[in-house]
Amino acid sequence: MKHIISMLMENEAGALSRVSGLFSARGYNIHALTVAPTEDDSLSRLTLVTSGTAQEVEQIVKHLNRLVDVVKVLDLTEGSHIERELMLIKLSATGDLREEYKRLADIFRGDIIDVTTTTYTIQMVGQSKKLDAFIDALDSGLILETVRSGTVGVLRGEKCLHV
Amino acid sequence: MEMTGAQILVNYLEDEGVEHIWGYPGGAVLPIYDALDTDAKKVSHILVRHEQAAVHAADGYARSTGKPGVVLVTSGPGATNAVTGIATAYMDSIPLVCITGQVATSLIGLDAFQEIDTTGITRPIVKHNFLVKNVDDLAITLKKAFYLATTGRPGPVVVDIPKDVQTAKSNYAFPQEVEMRSYLPVTKGHSGQIKKAVEMMLSAKRPILYTGGGVILGDASAELTELTHKLGFPITQTLMGLGAFPASDKQSVGMLGMHGTYEANLSMHHSDLIIAIGARFDDRVTGNLEKFCPDAKIIHVDIDPASISKNVLVDIPIVGPVKQVVTEMLANLEKTKLKSDEKALAAWWAQIEEWRATECLRYDTMGAKIKPQAAVEAVWKATKGDAYVSSDVGQHQMFAAQYYPFDKPRRWLNSGGLGTMGFGLPAAMGAALAFPDEIIVCVTGEGSIQMNIQELSTCLQYGFAIKIICLNNGFLGMVRQWQEFFYERRYSMSYMESLPDFVKLAESYGHVGVRIDNPKTMTAQLDEVFSEKYKDRLVFVDIITDQQENVYPMIPAGAGLNEMILV
Ligand SMILES: Cc1ncc(C[n+]2csc(CCOP(=O)(O)OP(=O)(O)O)c2C)c(N)n1
Repeated sequence: MKHIISMLMENEAGALSRVSGLFSARGYNIHALTVAPTEDDSLSRLTLVTSGTAQEVEQIVKHLNRLVDVVKVLDLTEGSHIERELMLIKLSATGDLREEYKRLADIFRGDIIDVTTTTYTIQMVGQSKKLDAFIDALDSGLILETVRSGTVGVLRGEKCLHV
Repeated sequence: MEMTGAQILVNYLEDEGVEHIWGYPGGAVLPIYDALDTDAKKVSHILVRHEQAAVHAADGYARSTGKPGVVLVTSGPGATNAVTGIATAYMDSIPLVCITGQVATSLIGLDAFQEIDTTGITRPIVKHNFLVKNVDDLAITLKKAFYLATTGRPGPVVVDIPKDVQTAKSNYAFPQEVEMRSYLPVTKGHSGQIKKAVEMMLSAKRPILYTGGGVILGDASAELTELTHKLGFPITQTLMGLGAFPASDKQSVGMLGMHGTYEANLSMHHSDLIIAIGARFDDRVTGNLEKFCPDAKIIHVDIDPASISKNVLVDIPIVGPVKQVVTEMLANLEKTKLKSDEKALAAWWAQIEEWRATECLRYDTMGAKIKPQAAVEAVWKATKGDAYVSSDVGQHQMFAAQYYPFDKPRRWLNSGGLGTMGFGLPAAMGAALAFPDEIIVCVTGEGSIQMNIQELSTCLQYGFAIKIICLNNGFLGMVRQWQEFFYERRYSMSYMESLPDFVKLAESYGHVGVRIDNPKTMTAQLDEVFSEKYKDRLVFVDIITDQQENVYPMIPAGAGLNEMILV
């Protein structure tokens, strides 16, 4: 099963490689990983998507907790949560396709954010599944480039991941 | 007080109570070596002959004393030479602080002379590491390093200090306290779980205690011994745990695992309750996991939550310091009205005694060749079983573990996790420095000893009167054994040719060399080695042993604990 694991870590050099090193050393999967500073200068927030049995994921969380730079770890998928991912996708868009892509983008609530005579770049935000579905709806031969941010997420309601 | 980074380091170490540093100088640590000359009052530096040995020696010091070992090496090759030592300590959770020099901050990333990404290289083999970029952070970083190395599940910590940070100035005051929001080691096990565990123990019919190095690291031998006596259960110890509970006690069924005793492995296999304390269900212990202890419920006490349910799912996990948890178990036992099932226990012990009666450690004592087992037994007798014994890795290591029963913790120093050949001699140096009046033995093989033989020179310089017992079988014996069993006796590269004359070698290093090749004279010769005569001398004892001897019992890879080869 897919799990979204979110953590706060000390904003220290090397913290990210401790996390990624753990995954490669122990042979765990990382499907996606994203990290950025938070409102608190001393902390960054890292979100990663992994998969495995319940036991494997429990082990992953334990090992993450063991890293000295990691302050708090939460498996978002354990509770009710919201997840989003951002995608920029550049398509070869000529002739009739230009109208069709526009319609399709509307249906998926994407925005065309860059246009040339031969290309569109569409920005789309949503659950990863939705982004996957959009890609599936396109003729793969016409996709020039796809960039995805990796999933981020928070718990629903008042519960938070904080120090 | 304003001082340079190098002076801050030396003063910090003194204030931290560090007595000894094991190290080797080089360009990137020259300011520190200079500060050792000018500022050190109490702390002494021991100059090894190879950085790997510095780390093993600090490690042996830590294992034998319980205090953290401290290492100082230069950048680049100094740091990379230290890597094997650091990994060895990491695998066995040994508290070390390893100071490495680094090129100046302005040169980092430019492939400077002797630059290596030390924090990058050591990241997977340390509990934590630091690169100190600002001299103002140095003292507090050192404080964190010692705090991390010695608390929770201990381990090595590397502090990489660029040369310009060593020469930059800052105000120094010893930091009294340290707090890390991201590191909060558990100090107490869950009381509800402990209570449940005690109830489970008392209702068991075929229980066994399975204990490991965590008991020694957690200084909980006395508590474990009391618990074992109170419960009346059999106890088996891992290679790392030997000595935590006295081997001579009737309740001890010996070591378990690949070369464990018949009674230990069968008791584990047939048990209905395993009480694992400070042990980690290593693959050398469990054998084939699918066949592991089919009827057993498991209680697992460990300071590291990540060790629990890693290899084997457990029924009652208890995360906490072994000493505190076992103490609380004892209190619970005191209070409870429940009683253990005496009848079931008596039947269980009767069964175990039957297994014990196979005398799985018996070996042929009549032959003309010296049996390695006999050599270790003779050393045990000559030292009255009360020496500090380090070992290298191979058959001799297993013979030492099997035939030198330990009654006290911190006496048995061996690289169980990484299995590092070359560990034995430097580790013995660590114990020799800490306990100058005790008998220090290094059991080794002619293969392993050559991996850090240069330390004979260090031993002369500092007067380490180690007794090196080299079980010389002319083979990389453990490799030969596996080739005999599993590769149709194709002894590829396991024969040791062109060996030096170890007696002369020892003598040329300024030590005493003794050769023993006759079983009839062995006891007398060993008695002399351990007599007053050589009390202050290192003696290299080259014992020519039976080349064909194998370590038994043995659980072949892929087999269960009940599928042992006996002889
Ligand atoms: C650094 C290192 N290299 C290789 C090995 C693999 N290895 C394990 S035991 C062994 C043979 C050791 O030979 P020796 O020291 O003569 O001891 P014996 O087994 O003969 O008692 C080897 C090569 C190891 N454990 N460590």
